[in-house]
Amino acid sequence: MAMEPQSILQASAFDLGKALHKGETTSREICSAFLDRVEAVDDRVGAFLSIDPEKVLSAADASDARRAAGEELSPLDGLPVGIKDVIAIEGESLTCASRILEQFKSPYTGMVGNKLLAAGLIPFGRLNMDEFAMGSSTENSAFKKTGNPWNSDHAPGGSSGGSAAAVAARQCPWSLGSDTGGSIRQPAAFCGVVGLKPTYGRVSRFGLVAFASSLDQIGPMGRSVEDVAALLDVISGHDPMDSTSWAGELEPASVQLHMPHEPGTLGLPREYFGKGIDPEVREHLDKVIEAYEGLGYTIKEISLPHTELAVPTYYIIATAEASSNLSRYDGVRYTHRSEKAADAVDLYYQSRGEGFGAEVKRRVILGSYVLSSGYYDAYYKRAQQVRTLIRDDFLKAFKEVDAILTPTTPTPAFRIGEKINDPISMYLADIFTISVNLAGLPGLSMPCGLSSKGLPIGFQLIGQPFAEGALLQTGLAYESRHPFTAEPEL
Amino acid sequence: MPEYEAVIGLEVHVQLKTASKMFTDAPTGFGQPPNSLTNAVVMGLPGTLPVLNKGAIEQAIKFGLIFGSEIPEVFQWDRKNYFYPDSPKNYQLTQMDAPVCVGGEVEIELAGPSRNQAGEHKVIHLDHAHLEEDVGKLTHFTKDSLVDYNRAGTPLLEIVTKPDLHSAEEAVALLQSIRMHLMSAGVSDCDMEKGQMRCDANVSVRPKGQEALNPRAEMKNLNSITGVKNAISYEIKRQTRVYEKGGTVAQETRRWDADAGHTSSMRSKEEAHDYRYFPDPDLLPVHFPRDRIEELQAELPEGVFDLQRRYEKDFGLPYTLTSVICYDHELAAYFEEAMTDYGKNPKALANYVANELQRERSQAEGDGYLPMESVRLKPDALARMVRLIDEGKLTKQLAKDVLVQMFLSGQEAQSVMDEKGIKVEEQDAGELEQWCRDAVAGNAIAAQQVRDGNDKAINSFIGPVMKASRGKANPQAVREVLLKIIQEG
Amino acid sequence: MQERPEVDIDKLAMLARIQLTEEEKAAYGSQLADILGFFQKLQEVDVTGIRPMAHPFEAEAPLREDVAGTPWAPGRSLSNAPASREDQVVVPKVVEDA
Repeated sequence: MAMEPQSILQASAFDLGKALHKGETTSREICSAFLDRVEAVDDRVGAFLSIDPEKVLSAADASDARRAAGEELSPLDGLPVGIKDVIAIEGESLTCASRILEQFKSPYTGMVGNKLLAAGLIPFGRLNMDEFAMGSSTENSAFKKTGNPWNSDHAPGGSSGGSAAAVAARQCPWSLGSDTGGSIRQPAAFCGVVGLKPTYGRVSRFGLVAFASSLDQIGPMGRSVEDVAALLDVISGHDPMDSTSWAGELEPASVQLHMPHEPGTLGLPREYFGKGIDPEVREHLDKVIEAYEGLGYTIKEISLPHTELAVPTYYIIATAEASSNLSRYDGVRYTHRSEKAADAVDLYYQSRGEGFGAEVKRRVILGSYVLSSGYYDAYYKRAQQVRTLIRDDFLKAFKEVDAILTPTTPTPAFRIGEKINDPISMYLADIFTISVNLAGLPGLSMPCGLSSKGLPIGFQLIGQPFAEGALLQTGLAYESRHPFTAEPEL
Repeated sequence: MPEYEAVIGLEVHVQLKTASKMFTDAPTGFGQPPNSLTNAVVMGLPGTLPVLNKGAIEQAIKFGLIFGSEIPEVFQWDRKNYFYPDSPKNYQLTQMDAPVCVGGEVEIELAGPSRNQAGEHKVIHLDHAHLEEDVGKLTHFTKDSLVDYNRAGTPLLEIVTKPDLHSAEEAVALLQSIRMHLMSAGVSDCDMEKGQMRCDANVSVRPKGQEALNPRAEMKNLNSITGVKNAISYEIKRQTRVYEKGGTVAQETRRWDADAGHTSSMRSKEEAHDYRYFPDPDLLPVHFPRDRIEELQAELPEGVFDLQRRYEKDFGLPYTLTSVICYDHELAAYFEEAMTDYGKNPKALANYVANELQRERSQAEGDGYLPMESVRLKPDALARMVRLIDEGKLTKQLAKDVLVQMFLSGQEAQSVMDEKGIKVEEQDAGELEQWCRDAVAGNAIAAQQVRDGNDKAINSFIGPVMKASRGKANPQAVREVLLKIIQEG
Repeated sequence: MQERPEVDIDKLAMLARIQLTEEEKAAYGSQLADILGFFQKLQEVDVTGIRPMAHPFEAEAPLREDVAGTPWAPGRSLSNAPASREDQVVVPKVVEDA
């Protein structure tokens, strides 16, 4: 009683898991269906940097054998997961969409990779991204452009553009992205999928190639709140290899998701609803607000007064940390090495000059500036102080509200090429998402409709630290009543 | 012409003795095959993160406790950004703002008028000591260089002194004092040949009486005691000569060329370094538990010079013995154990440890000393041997051979004596008296000296009597008989 | 009017060890000046007495017991090395600097 490939592609990961459990399908069938889909549409989407079908299928067979023997590793055993090419798994590439790591094969598996494998999940290809996760459109990939599945002239968002596009185009049931300033939520909104940036410290960063260490988190992207909760639970948990990993108790989100729950209070920060929002985005947000009111939620206007400082604060901190984090890509131990280098010092200049793309160079140089002697106090230290103010705004707001509701992005997906030569305008595309990283909070982006041009629009729910379960419950309340069922035509 | 004085500050890098590296569990070690003490973190692979080694922090805290540093409430880690092929991440994790030890004092001993006499003691103040990670090792060839990352990530303590030193000899004495204390506490082996202790020296010279410091020369990587001594001496002379000729000294980094015996300016092609320090976002600050610090304090051995003073005061040991035993923590531990075992005659024990034991270790090894862990003569056996002598069952003369045998075989003194048939017998009173009379008759001058109250003069008779007895006479009995005969005469 | 700070692009490229073409220098120099101008907003904030936030949550770094684990074989550590010899990484001649 095999499942039709088409219904496999349509099913949520959660339902595929159930079908596997009931013996209605096999991992091989599921993986084959998605591999065929990749084959059929990825030349138009461009979500995958690489995929090894044989490896996927042999992992699928191993999973089927486990299940046949009654030894499945988890209820999710045998499901494929698309992986942003920034998460280390032994034997796989780890290009970060950069020339400098083009030839790199990871000799080790990080914590998230280990947790995936321990649950029997199957790494399904390496997904495109902005180089070293720096960007908001995936245009900064050194290797290929990814088109938005809803309209390939438009960007899928970034930096996890490949992860969002692959899920939206049904090339994999779910995927992992990483989020430093909105890199999961913004592409999720642009592509019409659900994306979660977990609380800083919930998911180990060991094995996540660092962009900005104090902001980065790996997170799940999927087609439903339930899927995102399940994948979050797989990757969450304390890791002794990551000294910033949270050691406290964590409630499994997928358990909490179905617990009884009273509609709470949602805060609308007035700073997020001012000028600069596309009228269609505003319109959709109003409908989301109405929907929540209809569900019994109390809506309350709040203020996050330091919001306008978030973009400069973020770019100072993120570039400073990145400038140091990316120093290790130097042409010596494992990266691209320039043929032109005359001596060891020249090796750095040439290898990095050839290996890094424009945005990475720009940010590394900017980061070097803000840390340099004489500027540290005025930039980096001051940004860290303002960061405290931004976090305190949120903590204060959470005394009055349970979660905060905002647009995910000011506009639907912009056109490819539209902002690429205007860094500041590109940076402002992240205006609603970056405060969440600065404050270390969990943020969920959910689709809530299509624009008149047929591009998805998303809204964001911001939760309290480590309260992903409650946050996802709030998301599920909306999703149950207003499921996003539109499909891109490919 | 004014008199000049040198002002010297040292930055001493010491590898801490730990099983694993500062920020990952890869083992530490020396002389292992290239890149065999590495892992993902050591190599700085993408996605790797540091995790602090508690043992390394404790070793650093012990340093602070030994030298009376303040151990602050919070330690923090910063990144020092610079590119070099031996640095896997191209930043070094270090402590810029919140080091593990603040302040402190190191007691040093300068060379005395002779090897047998104590020298002057001084106190050198520390600025601070901070933890950091060591780098890999480059080997240069004509066309290229090779990098081995075995050393990378080894816990390193950088000890920074105040500019409290005024001569090369003081600098050397400081290194020796740090070395003795750290070895004694097991904090570091401080083997300069293995790079476990390295030294940078900041040297400036000013007219005596001038308060302000003149520009200094920074000399990097002085890798031996002789190097430190010669480089600093040379630099003091060089700068003094410049001032005497009316010149000025540039603030710069200078390289010590040990073969040529001079320093020379290192003109860096790069602009001044800008290390872009900032707090490491991968490591949270640490509040080290105060009760653990108290435990570490309680476990520390006695300070080297304190121990020396105690041995001199309580046991009446001379400097010639304490300067051997106390300055070598293994000998001190050996002596202490023998002393605990026997509880008597510290002088004899100290003598055997400082002289006989050391001589045998040196003969056994050829170059240096047989490692203490390979020494088969155990302190309790030595203690029992000294007890036999004191009880008159073994003579000092016979003990020399017995000790050699004990050292070689690990036997007890009694078993060596049994094997060789050594037995100090009760002498035939008549025979002993005859030997003594012969001896006294043979040296009337000494006999008179004894009668005049010079007790030591009696020693000149003991030798001949012992010889006549083939070493079997009981020296205590010989002494008594001799005294009797001399006083009668 | 916001101040547009001076940018010494050569010095920055040196600190970052990135070879830049003349066109890149011109483009980045001007973009960086714009971005830094945009950052000036932060200079207006009163941050007196505000603690810099290095981490989102007040937590302690965990301490690992000093126990050695199994190291990697040299071949694994050097598996991506662009050049190696005798289990070591080969680099072009290092011209010593301070």
